[in-house]
Amino acid sequence: MTAKVGKTKIEIKDKKRKSGFWYSFSGILIAFIFVMLITALIITLSGKSPAEAFAYMFQGAFSTKYNIGETIIKTCPLLLCSLGLCICYRAGLTSIGAEGQMAMGGLMATIGGVYFTFLPRAILIPVCILLGVLGGALWAGIAGYLKAKWGISEVINTIMLNYIAAYIVAYMCSGPIQEPPYTFIQSSQLQESAFFSKLIQGTRIHSGVIFAFVSIFVVYFLLWKSPLGYQMRAVGLNQSAARTSGINVKKNLILSMSLSGAFCGLAGAVEIMGLHHRLMPGFTSNLGFDAMAIALLGGLHPAGATIASVFFGALRAGATTMQHAMQIPTALVDIIQGLVVIFVLTQSVFSKFVIKITTSKRKVLSVGREE
Amino acid sequence: MAISFIGGLIESAIRTGCPIMLCGLGCLFCAKCGIINFAMEGVMTMGAFFGVYGSYLTGNPWIGLLMGIVAGVAANLILGVMAITVKVNQVVVGAGLNSLCLGLSSYLLTACYPNGVPTQVNGFNYISAGSLSEIPIFGVLFNQQVLTYIAFAMVPLIAYVINKTSFGMTLRACGEQPHAADSLGINVVKKRYIAVIISGVLGGMGGAALSLGQLSVFTIGMVAGRGYMAWSAVTIGRYGPVGVMLAALLFGVASALQVRMKAIGVAIPSQFFSMFPYVLTMIILASVVGRTVGPKAMGKPFIKGER
Repeated sequence: MTAKVGKTKIEIKDKKRKSGFWYSFSGILIAFIFVMLITALIITLSGKSPAEAFAYMFQGAFSTKYNIGETIIKTCPLLLCSLGLCICYRAGLTSIGAEGQMAMGGLMATIGGVYFTFLPRAILIPVCILLGVLGGALWAGIAGYLKAKWGISEVINTIMLNYIAAYIVAYMCSGPIQEPPYTFIQSSQLQESAFFSKLIQGTRIHSGVIFAFVSIFVVYFLLWKSPLGYQMRAVGLNQSAARTSGINVKKNLILSMSLSGAFCGLAGAVEIMGLHHRLMPGFTSNLGFDAMAIALLGGLHPAGATIASVFFGALRAGATTMQHAMQIPTALVDIIQGLVVIFVLTQSVFSKFVIKITTSKRKVLSVGREE
Repeated sequence: MAISFIGGLIESAIRTGCPIMLCGLGCLFCAKCGIINFAMEGVMTMGAFFGVYGSYLTGNPWIGLLMGIVAGVAANLILGVMAITVKVNQVVVGAGLNSLCLGLSSYLLTACYPNGVPTQVNGFNYISAGSLSEIPIFGVLFNQQVLTYIAFAMVPLIAYVINKTSFGMTLRACGEQPHAADSLGINVVKKRYIAVIISGVLGGMGGAALSLGQLSVFTIGMVAGRGYMAWSAVTIGRYGPVGVMLAALLFGVASALQVRMKAIGVAIPSQFFSMFPYVLTMIILASVVGRTVGPKAMGKPFIKGER
């Protein structure tokens, strides 16, 4: 297909080779170009300069040591949640519930951190983390059990569980664990022995980052190097084939959902113990939904999810700066996230083509490589 | 006391159930044609936002409704293109679209109202059916907003269209056996797009009914899962318009009860009442399981010539 606008010629050709790294990479690249173009359009429509906005965004994410630290701590929960989602998506379960599982994880970790005052630091921290993991795993387990036992759509149930979890957190923060003198809707502060230690001075980077980093490898080994991961992936690819080859499908459905919830719960615990040090309604701030986009963008692979998490972490860190500097609402991040999901899904279509833009003599832009 | 309580409950159940009903009927159209309309939450958000915005601009709620419908169709068409032409996972694209619409609505809320968000715009008036509205308890049924009457009128209309007309039958064929329908010369892709557009119209109406029909104001996140409930209403209502209506009314009762109980001051924390509609959705879904079977090709993209 060729279109001519004045001297500019836009060519779209079918690619000859249909696989390989460049094939999928060019698709993602084109998807990004579309996302950026639409975002720029939205910013322009509201009367601001998109170039300036993107510059502030980049500056907010990478300019100083503190800002890089912000990007890293924003990446941390996103990475944990998206790793968790990789597990259940690989097992064929479309979980939307990372948000709620994270909230429950944070709640459980808070309860541990506030009430287990008698424990020494060396025991208290692992206990709080375990509580968080357990909270997330059990909350996800409800949807997993309903799916495996009766085949009820995990999609609706995880969404409903998100809302329920949000109300439970709101109740706990204004009731049983509310901070005296009961003026603000938030829990008491965790005792200091339950705080994660700071890793680098001058930033907010805390030791929760280590958990996120280790989890990348844990999830990789779980999915590709362990019998359990093999079974889960088999269930995700073809349930009846898995069943006939002797794999317990129900067990794997519940387990994959719970494991996914465990990582989301860990993300909640890390957020509370490393950053907020107390429970507040809405502390999950849509991180769980971003994680869905990240898991998909990363091709449901831990390595891909890591790269995508850093991108989204930077986006969130940069958006805060952009908002302060230009009064552009951070809701723009929600928009970008939605656009990313939609365009990344279409990358399979994009990557079939080579797009070339040429003016009369010189090649201006070429996306995708002709093989 | 009891009579006014029950009357009030019915009134607010219908009022809160009506947007879910309209959106549920929209989801039903998509489901019958083989598409999981998971984007209804976002469609509803767009309908709700543009409904209020249109009324703010012109002072006329009908223009608002029209703008809501157009926005709803536009949002749903994105889902349509992705699901029908690009053939991707419909649930995931729906979730992406929902986040896009939520972000867009809160972005537009600051962009579209340079002088600050108005506290209220012109909404629809209540229309009373004369002496019928004076019947105790059930009189409230005849003193509703115009969109509520439209929503109830839609139920038999849609039942007729889906079950009795040749259009409806081919639509269902595309949801049950798209390849068989294709071999009979039915244009499956076109039918599915038509279903998506109708669904967008109903979804946009539902959104406008939510924002214009109640407080005549748009707030961020006001849809709060009603789009998902609309989709559950289709499953719970066993893929029939009357079932969708009943399920939507049940959700209406749940949210009405929640508000009333809070107002009365029952000694249970208010958050538990707020949870109620969501818990109810899960319970009902679990209870109807096995007794409801959706269209066979639901969620599966149609690839012509595929075996």
